[in-house]
Amino acid sequence: MAIEFKPSPSLPPPSNAVGPVAWVRKNFFSSPLNIFLTFFSFYILYLLIPPALEWAVFDATWEGTSKAACTAGGACWAFIRVRFDQFMYGLYPATEYWRVNVAAILLVVLVGMFAIKAINKLLLSIAIIVVYPIIAYFLFAGGVLGLEVVETSLWGGLFLTMLLGIIGIVASFPLGIILALGRQSKMPVAKSVCVIFIETIRAVPLITILFMASVMIPLFLPDGMNFNKLLRVLIGITLFSAAYMAEVIRGGLQAIPKGQYEAADAMGLTYWQSMILVILPQALKLVIPGIVNTFIGLFKDTTLVYIVGMFDFLGIIQMANHDANWLGTTTEGYAFAGFVYWAICFGMSRYSMAVERKLDTGHKRN
Amino acid sequence: MTEQNMALAQLEPGEEAIIQFSDVNKWYGEFHVLKNINFSVKKGERIVVCGPSGSGKSTMTRCINRLEEHQKGQILVDGIEMNDNLKNIEAIRKDVGMVFQHFNLFPHLTILENLTLAPIWVRKMPKKEAEAMAMHYLERVKIANQANKYPGQLSGGQQQRVAIARGLCMKPRIMLFDEPTSALDPEMIKEVLDVMIQLADEGMTMVCVTHEMGFAKTVADRVVFMDAGEIVEANTPHEFFENPQHDRTQLFLSQILNH
Repeated sequence: MAIEFKPSPSLPPPSNAVGPVAWVRKNFFSSPLNIFLTFFSFYILYLLIPPALEWAVFDATWEGTSKAACTAGGACWAFIRVRFDQFMYGLYPATEYWRVNVAAILLVVLVGMFAIKAINKLLLSIAIIVVYPIIAYFLFAGGVLGLEVVETSLWGGLFLTMLLGIIGIVASFPLGIILALGRQSKMPVAKSVCVIFIETIRAVPLITILFMASVMIPLFLPDGMNFNKLLRVLIGITLFSAAYMAEVIRGGLQAIPKGQYEAADAMGLTYWQSMILVILPQALKLVIPGIVNTFIGLFKDTTLVYIVGMFDFLGIIQMANHDANWLGTTTEGYAFAGFVYWAICFGMSRYSMAVERKLDTGHKRN
Repeated sequence: MTEQNMALAQLEPGEEAIIQFSDVNKWYGEFHVLKNINFSVKKGERIVVCGPSGSGKSTMTRCINRLEEHQKGQILVDGIEMNDNLKNIEAIRKDVGMVFQHFNLFPHLTILENLTLAPIWVRKMPKKEAEAMAMHYLERVKIANQANKYPGQLSGGQQQRVAIARGLCMKPRIMLFDEPTSALDPEMIKEVLDVMIQLADEGMTMVCVTHEMGFAKTVADRVVFMDAGEIVEANTPHEFFENPQHDRTQLFLSQILNH
C-alpha cells in the first residue's frame, strides 16, 4: 500500500520579521550606511523645513494692495490674492468670467460621468470629444446667443494654459497613434511620410515651431487670408507633441509579441480590427508612463507661448511681477506658479498610476 | 521522395482535397525553407507533421492560412488560392482555426472575450449569441468556470485549451496546430491532447505539428516527416513507425523514441 502524503502545515513568520518595528528597522536602520543616511536626511529636513514654513506661513502677509503692505518679512501672498483673477483668466473681461467657469464645470461633470456605470461610454465620449468643444468654443469666443465677442488675444492665464494643454493632449494622442502605426506600416509611401514628419518635427525646438506658426506662416499666406494666432499655435503644439507621442507608442507596438499579431491575423480580423481590438490596447497600456511623460512635458511646454506674445499662466505672472506696485514679488509669483504646475502634473501622474493598476490583468487573482 | 511515398502525399484521383500544395517553394532571404512541397489533405483527415527543428514543418503549416507567404507554387485551401488577394486570405482565415505553441491568448481580454472577439467582429454575430456559443466550447474543453478570468491567471494547459476553444468558436473547417504542447509542463500535456483527440474523433480536419508520437499513433490518418524543407516521407502511422522507408526517418524515430 502506498504511503499517504500530507503536506506540513504552514507556520506564522517569526515576530521580529513583521510589524511596524520590523519595518522601521528594515527600512531605516538596516546597516551602518543606512543609519547614517537616515540621520543625515532628518538633519537636512530640519535645516530646510522650519525656515520655509516661517517664510511661507508664519511671517507671510495675506492682505494688502501693494508690496509696501508686506512688512512682516515673509512671503507677500497679498500679491497673489490681488492678482488672482488675472492669473486665472488673463485679460478676459471680468464680467464674462462665468463663461469660462461654466465651460470648466461642464467638462468636469462630463468627465465625472464616466464613473456612472449605467451610462453609454461611447455616447459620452462623443459628447466630450465632438459636442463639448463646440459649446466651449462659443462660450469662450462669444458672438452667439447675445454673448459678447471676446477676442482670443484676451484669453490668458491658467485658462489659456489649460486650453492649450487639454486640446494639445486630446489632439496629439490620436495623431501620435496614427503616426506610430504609419511608421510601422508596410506601405512605403505612408511609412516615409510618417518617418519624415516625425524626424523633422522632433529635430526642431518647440520655440522654432511656435515662431513659425505665429510669425512666418502669415508671411507665406496671401494677403487678406489669415487665421487665428491661437489656432496656429495650437496646431504647432499638437504636431510637436504628436511626433514625440508617436515614438512612445511605437515603443509599445514593438513590445507586443509577434504571436499577438499572428493570432489576430489567423482569426481573420482586418488590419484595423486587430490594431484597435488587440494590439493598441496592450501597447498603449505598456507605455502609459511614457505617454504621461509626454503629456506632462506638453503641458509645461505651453509656457513657451509667452515667447510669441500670449499670456498663459506663467506669462501673466511674469507680467504682473513688472507692476510698479508689486516690484520684488517675483519669488511669490514663481512659487505660486510652481505649486499650481506641480499640483496639476502630480495629479496627472497619480491618475496615470491608477489607470495602470486598473488595467493590470497580469497577476490579479479573483 | 519515393514513388510510393509520393502517392501517399497525394490523393487518389477523384478525392476532393481541402488543402492542396503544388510545387510550393519558400525562401527566407537566401535560405530555401520549403522545397517543392507537393501535398494534399482531404476533408476530415488528421495529419501529423513531424521532423527535426528547422525542417520547415511549422512554416509549411503557417502557409495554409498565409501567416507565411510562399514565393513559388500554388496553395489551394477549400478551393481558394492563397495569394496577395486580401479578400481570399480573410475568407480562408475565417474557416481555418489555429492553435499556437505559445497560446497567444489576448492578455487584456477575459477568457470569454478572447473567444467572442472573432465571432462578433469577423462573423458579425450578436454578442449574446457569441457568448452562449463561447460557453458551449469552454464547457467542451472543461474550463467554463474560468470564463471571466484573464489568461494570465490560468495555467499553461488551461490556456492552451482556451486557445483551442477560441479556434473552434469560428466554426472552422480546418484546425491547424503548431506544436500545441511544446511549451507545456509534462503534467499538462495530457489535458490538451485529450481535447485534441476528442476533436479528431468528431471528424475535424486537422493539421498538427507535434512531437507527441503517442498522439500521432492514436489519431493520425497520415504522418508526414519533413527534413531540410522537404517532405521526406508520408505514410499511415502504422507503416511510418513500424516500417520507415528512409534512413533519415529511421534516425529521427530512433532519436525521439529511444531516450
